[in-house]
Amino acid sequence: MFKLFLKIFKTPNNIIFSQNKDLDQADTAAAGKKIENKVKKLFRGSLAIRQIDAGSDNACEQELVALSNSFYDIERFGIHFVASPRHADMLLVTGPVTRNMAEAVKRAYKATPEPKIVVAVGDDAIDGGIFKDSYAVMGGVHSILPVNYQISGNPPTPKKILFSLLNILENLDKKSVTLK
Amino acid sequence: MLEIITSPISFFILLSLFFGGALGSLLLRKDDNSANIWSSFFAIAGSLWGLLFSVTIIVSEHTTAFVVEGSPFPLLSFSFNIDLLSAFFICIISLIALFCSMYAVGYVRHYYQQYNIGALGFFYNLFILGMILVVTSSNGLFFLIAWEIMSVASFFAVIYDRNDQENVKAGFLYLVMTYIGTAFIVVAFLLLYKFTGSFDFVTIKSGVALLPVGVKNIIFLAALIGFGVKAGIIPLHIWLPAAHPAAPSHISALMSGVMIKTGIFMIIRLFLDILQPIPIWWGIVVLIIGIISSLLGVLYALTEHDIKRLLAYHSIENIGIILLGLGNALIFSSLDMPALALLSLVAALFHTLNHAIFKSLLFLGAGSVINQMHTRNMEEYGGLIKYMPQTAFFFLIGSMAISALPPFNGFFSEWLTFQSLFQGIAILDSSMRWLFILATAALAFTGGLALACFVKAFGSIFLARPRSAEVTHANESSSSMLFGMGALATLSFLFGIFSSQVTFLLGKIGHGFTIFQNTPVTFLAENNQGLMVKNGFASVSGLAWLVFFAGVIMVVIFIIRKVVNKRQKIKIGATWDCGTDLTPRMEITSTGFARSIVLIFKSILKPSIQHEIEYHDSESRYLPKERTVILGVSDVYQTYFYQPLHVLVHTLSLRAKKVQGGNINAYISYIFITLLIVLFITL
Amino acid sequence: MTIFIWTIQFIFIPVVSPLCIGIIKKIKARLQNREGASIFQPYKDLWKLLHKDEVISRDASWIFYSAPFIVFAITIVVGASIPLFGSFFNNTLTGDMLIIVYALAISTFFLALAGMDTGSAFGGFGSSREMTLSALAEGGLISSLLTVALINGTTNLFAISGSIFGQGQHFLSVLLAFSGFFIVLLAETARFPYDNPDTHLELTMIHEAMILEYSGKRLALMEWASANKLLIFFAMGANLFFPSGLAQNAYADAIILGIVIFMVKIFIFCLAIALIESSMAKFRFFRLPDLLLISFILNVVAIGLIY
Repeated sequence: MFKLFLKIFKTPNNIIFSQNKDLDQADTAAAGKKIENKVKKLFRGSLAIRQIDAGSDNACEQELVALSNSFYDIERFGIHFVASPRHADMLLVTGPVTRNMAEAVKRAYKATPEPKIVVAVGDDAIDGGIFKDSYAVMGGVHSILPVNYQISGNPPTPKKILFSLLNILENLDKKSVTLK
Repeated sequence: MLEIITSPISFFILLSLFFGGALGSLLLRKDDNSANIWSSFFAIAGSLWGLLFSVTIIVSEHTTAFVVEGSPFPLLSFSFNIDLLSAFFICIISLIALFCSMYAVGYVRHYYQQYNIGALGFFYNLFILGMILVVTSSNGLFFLIAWEIMSVASFFAVIYDRNDQENVKAGFLYLVMTYIGTAFIVVAFLLLYKFTGSFDFVTIKSGVALLPVGVKNIIFLAALIGFGVKAGIIPLHIWLPAAHPAAPSHISALMSGVMIKTGIFMIIRLFLDILQPIPIWWGIVVLIIGIISSLLGVLYALTEHDIKRLLAYHSIENIGIILLGLGNALIFSSLDMPALALLSLVAALFHTLNHAIFKSLLFLGAGSVINQMHTRNMEEYGGLIKYMPQTAFFFLIGSMAISALPPFNGFFSEWLTFQSLFQGIAILDSSMRWLFILATAALAFTGGLALACFVKAFGSIFLARPRSAEVTHANESSSSMLFGMGALATLSFLFGIFSSQVTFLLGKIGHGFTIFQNTPVTFLAENNQGLMVKNGFASVSGLAWLVFFAGVIMVVIFIIRKVVNKRQKIKIGATWDCGTDLTPRMEITSTGFARSIVLIFKSILKPSIQHEIEYHDSESRYLPKERTVILGVSDVYQTYFYQPLHVLVHTLSLRAKKVQGGNINAYISYIFITLLIVLFITL
Repeated sequence: MTIFIWTIQFIFIPVVSPLCIGIIKKIKARLQNREGASIFQPYKDLWKLLHKDEVISRDASWIFYSAPFIVFAITIVVGASIPLFGSFFNNTLTGDMLIIVYALAISTFFLALAGMDTGSAFGGFGSSREMTLSALAEGGLISSLLTVALINGTTNLFAISGSIFGQGQHFLSVLLAFSGFFIVLLAETARFPYDNPDTHLELTMIHEAMILEYSGKRLALMEWASANKLLIFFAMGANLFFPSGLAQNAYADAIILGIVIFMVKIFIFCLAIALIESSMAKFRFFRLPDLLLISFILNVVAIGLIY
């Protein structure tokens, strides 16, 4: 029990930190309209993400859940996940957008206030991935919404997602990621 | 000038205005519109005159008492005693009648061609006339005549919409309960007559010492039950939720806002004025009744989905709060603490006035809504704020007032009641202290539950999307109806922020009582700038709070909209529905809203749930076609109180019927036995 | 100088409340072995939200549009009317215990109506649960404040916090009343075990469900008002039950000491809440009225013990 209290004071030493080559992992292919600098500046301190599962096989979701654990700890960058698209700044869409989810994804997009960023996470979301050309999918998020960024991978590792997000916001510099 | 306004002649002008309205309306019954205009005009004129009359009496303290000669019976004298308390109640009656009559001009149009408008105007004016006579009469028999006029006129008003059989049944229940109450009142008056030799209230008051203790207690119980039936205390309240919804809305407003207060008036008159000094257990009984009525009233209100029944139960709750103040006054007066008793009495009187205002406002609003929707079921409303915006705004003010939210008037009268309870806890000894702690807890919980109930009511009626197609055909109420409601809402607001001025006048009324004549006023701050209790135990100022709040909100709006958020836009979209289509059935219903509270209090409310399922395949019962769920609250009073009483009376009367068996020989033997007994006694 | 002190009294609550939220989240994160966001993160969140556009449902009425302003203004009004760092303010007009409680009830009223206004299923049941808990918590709140009022012979909050020596012989009563007050604090500010402020599951939300439809500046005002309410309850708990350290007069050194001690008390509250939230789970909804009843009984026993 007492150890619980000591934890408040001990700096956690199991958070990942980066080396130079990690920064190259940030692989964000910009697709579509570029986000203005003004918007990036607004979101640099605080970003609210709404994650939409558009018929995904849940591989990307598990990696996204891992972002909130004590290793990757996305919250220390001011990024947090929210419960409603009205509260969100960024829509993180996973999955190849099945026909049944097409309307729902569109409504979630309309329910998000401006300015907003749409990111397609995972190969499925980019162009259909392993479900490409199937009759049941629309073939990637870009067929429904105007996507701003894509993060490739099946699924992308949490590290990759984390650095990609920081890259989008141009929040990456050695200081902000390296600790200790 | 003052003499003329407060003279008996002026009072008779008041009575004759209403009487003229009644008579003329009956004579004009062939033409709906002119009967309506005539009755409303005379009612408005009478109310204005009544306001002038009563306010002049209160402000100038120029009371009057007189007797009209020419009564055919020696014990019945048409004597009137218009002291400050009667003037206060005439003021309440006139104030509410004024705005209800204005409202009626537009509202009664919905009854044209269906029923006899002349009769409605007749009973309406007669009802108000009866109430005025009740609060001013000073002779027991005359009082009973006036009581009858009031009850019978309101009975006819309750059954006015007679196409609906429920209304007729409700009227019958109302009539039976009123007569039970009147029977107890008659018992009380007869006992008073027997021991003091007169029906006249002034004579009884001076002869109070002649009453033996046991008889005085019986009079207390009889009067409490008799006037309690009219006031609607639990368990004598069963007529209230049935009768108030049945009447036309402006009459419901009058019944709920004013008529039940006549019961309170006589309770004050008898126990604080005429029968003083009183033992302490009287006050304890009244306080306990107040606790029970307020808590149970609001709990039953939460179970209702009929809007007028909900408001009727809230009347019971507020009568409970008034009785809390009154019980305090009785306890403090019997413990010889007149300053605190005056405080409690003022709290009770202030709440009487406030409740009359905001309850009538709520009933008038409900009436407007029901007129447009043709149903009283709240589950079919929804989204009416877009079709009836002004009515919604006034109903919101009424809801805020009844939930005791500052700066409206309900808060200040509850504040005074709380303060009198706090003083009781601080000063009294241990056994009484626990009773007062219980009463404080009851008042606190009642306030919270009332707030929950009005969030439910306002939200289900006016907010969100329409739950039935009828809503889209609703129109805003006519201007006379809006004027009546708007005036009451403004009054609610003004009485809140100027509460100290009103309390000052109520203190004057309190000083009109014999027991309070020399009591210092300990509940007003200097210069009447706020309410204050006992040199700094507590103080609050409505006006200051309002100014503070208004200033802050303007600064906040200015900073947010003009400084920080200038360039941002607002886009109108659909409600976030998680990607599916939202239907009206996905909104919260009023039953669903209150279901949590009902389940928490299920040992008191005894909710019931019934399932009925109809299957496609009745043999294997696998595919349901239709499922009905009925959520209800069992009627405890009917089952445990009135039904056994009914069975008892029925059994006794069946037994008694055997005496009149039809057998001539038995009758002759009765005569013979009676003759023998009489001979035996006289010889 | 007086104007300066009054300005601090007015703006203290809105300025410091996001810091409280930040501290609670930081402590919780550290207990979970994470680094966590900085303690000034809520300020950045509010700043960002104030600069975003809004999307408002077409079913919403003027109540939805105006509720955030009303709720926020009420929290500022109440925050300026309670003792924060000094008990020397002679506020006999709006510092009464009952007007504070009922003014907070106004904010609950409008929040619940706003939750019902858009006709979404979540807002509706969020309002229902909020009103159920609020109705039951009000009894506990009034009775706990009544205990300290009776001990000090006044219901004016500034006067209660001004008398530090009257508490001595009634220490047990004060302690019991404080535990009752703390239970109500958790209820009214939507913390564990009543509500999880970080949840994403709508079926478990109470306060969050009512603000699901808000966005942009109105969301910022609602979140800020919720933080204000947390700090108001902390201030009432710290200064009414344990008022030592409050500035008794208007001298600069007393005020600075008062502010410092007040911040220490707030930190202790934040620590307590963070520990509670890290060590227990949220209760099932129908167990919560039992908890509120326990709070009420503790307060009633405390009142009985005074005499």
